[in-house]
Amino acid sequence: MSPTQIAALAAGGAGLVVLALLPFYADAYYLSLAISLLQFTVLATAWGLFSGPTRYVSLATTAFFGVGAYTVAVLGEVLAWPLVLLIATAIGALMAMVVGISTLRLSGLHFVIFTFGLAELVRQLVIWYEVNKTRVLGRYVFVDITQSDIYWQLLALAVAVFAIGWLIARSRLGFALRIIGEDETVAKHCGINVTLAKVTLFAISAVFITLVGAIMAPRWTYIEPSIAFNPTISFQVVIMALLGGAHRLWGPAVGAIPLTLLFEFLSARFPSTSTLIIGVVFLLIVYALPQGVVGLWERVSRRKSEPPIAPQVQT
Amino acid sequence: MTAASSAPVLEVSGLTRAFGGLVAVNAVDLAVQPGQIVGLLGPNGSGKTTALNLISGVLRPDSGSIRFAGQAIAGMPAHRIARLGLARTFQLVRVLQGMSCAENVKAGLAFHSPPLSRSEIDESVERLLRRVGLADRAGVPAAGLTYIDCKRLELARALALKPRLLLLDEWLAGLNPSELLIGIELIRSLKDEGLSVLLVEHVMDAIRSLCDRCVVMNSGRRIAEGRPDEVLADPAVIEAYLGVSTDA
Repeated sequence: MSPTQIAALAAGGAGLVVLALLPFYADAYYLSLAISLLQFTVLATAWGLFSGPTRYVSLATTAFFGVGAYTVAVLGEVLAWPLVLLIATAIGALMAMVVGISTLRLSGLHFVIFTFGLAELVRQLVIWYEVNKTRVLGRYVFVDITQSDIYWQLLALAVAVFAIGWLIARSRLGFALRIIGEDETVAKHCGINVTLAKVTLFAISAVFITLVGAIMAPRWTYIEPSIAFNPTISFQVVIMALLGGAHRLWGPAVGAIPLTLLFEFLSARFPSTSTLIIGVVFLLIVYALPQGVVGLWERVSRRKSEPPIAPQVQT
Repeated sequence: MTAASSAPVLEVSGLTRAFGGLVAVNAVDLAVQPGQIVGLLGPNGSGKTTALNLISGVLRPDSGSIRFAGQAIAGMPAHRIARLGLARTFQLVRVLQGMSCAENVKAGLAFHSPPLSRSEIDESVERLLRRVGLADRAGVPAAGLTYIDCKRLELARALALKPRLLLLDEWLAGLNPSELLIGIELIRSLKDEGLSVLLVEHVMDAIRSLCDRCVVMNSGRRIAEGRPDEVLADPAVIEAYLGVSTDA
């Protein structure tokens, strides 16, 4: 390893220790804010893991998030916590595979609409089941999990999502996805099973989103379908990832942090008009920063490193 | 036709595909023997590219059979056909613009089954780039290549699949006369290495000098088959290209 890599690793390790000790020195408000930040960092990064290279815009975030939360609501009191998380992982992966196999052959636009509908479909299914079978519409989540526990789990999940993303980028799957993002027809003729690659990545991304939902569930103590399957989350995650830039692993996190703070501020200060302002922010980002902050940064640094003469080299 | 000596690499029979009411490929028969270059000719819109798309798995045939190296491949997904050793280039040249030349070639090497080792891949990237005349361009972004170099790169990526059969869709189109000579020599050298080639082409010089046999299509049907000089003198072929002669 080069000295700069060691320095970066040491800095990352030190930063992680500071973050891990946060529950010991932060008060309840800041702990809660840190949980929100981590939650959206993991959600946006996991979203970018799939949508960045494939350029499919998924609005299914809340579907997986809600399924994770409901897994905890149903099984949280019955089974040991690690087992509950394991089951949430399995359900998230299975659901992603079924959805992926049936939809990832669709074009981009159809996929967006389908994933948006999926969240609503799952929500209606849960409502139907609860009303007709269990005859309750809300559930209490009584598990022995503190706010600090939630924070630490999310921190571990954040480390995991970055580690997995880093590994995928260096794997054959990562290379396959770059080719698919460039030209799907060429990818097929290079011997790449395009559907399998996309479904695999969709499932990995969905597992992280499902786990965030499961980990966050104890925070509410009471959940019902409209809380667990809140469509706003899907849109917020898309905005965050686009602001940061979904084509780089750390891009979505760059967008998630300022926007979580902004949304937090807006919902406290302008509770009735916050969605309107979020919509305006969305439009501004899409028009002003189509490649996100990361894309802008890369353009600026490229311009600095290259001499200003001869923009095109013709041979 | 002469009696078939050894088993053909590619054997297509009764291949048919319609788009709505338009039968783009209509009961076409075609065979490529090992080490042969076969030309697929015909006026624009006669179904040549559709035929290639059916063979390479982009489209599914409505009926007919396609046997590649003894295996039935009609309707198989494109990536499986590619892994069997059937490579192609595209009518509108397709390189991966956001990647370097070396990565473009690596795209054709990384997904073999069984997978190649890292050193095999690195060694093959270098060999293939040298093979098509891009040895000094390994690190150059593909987006900055000239037209003929894009064609070379696309060919290198196709060769990276270690193909037994290569489908070239107007690979020589758009080249200037000196580039054309280089291109023809390159294809001939592939044949000398034992590769079988099916090429769709309009450049008559290339067809005459390269092809062992030609199949001519018109309106989706096969209208002639034989040696290049035979089929190019065939009245039905001349009529398909130029229309009916009036001073007969």
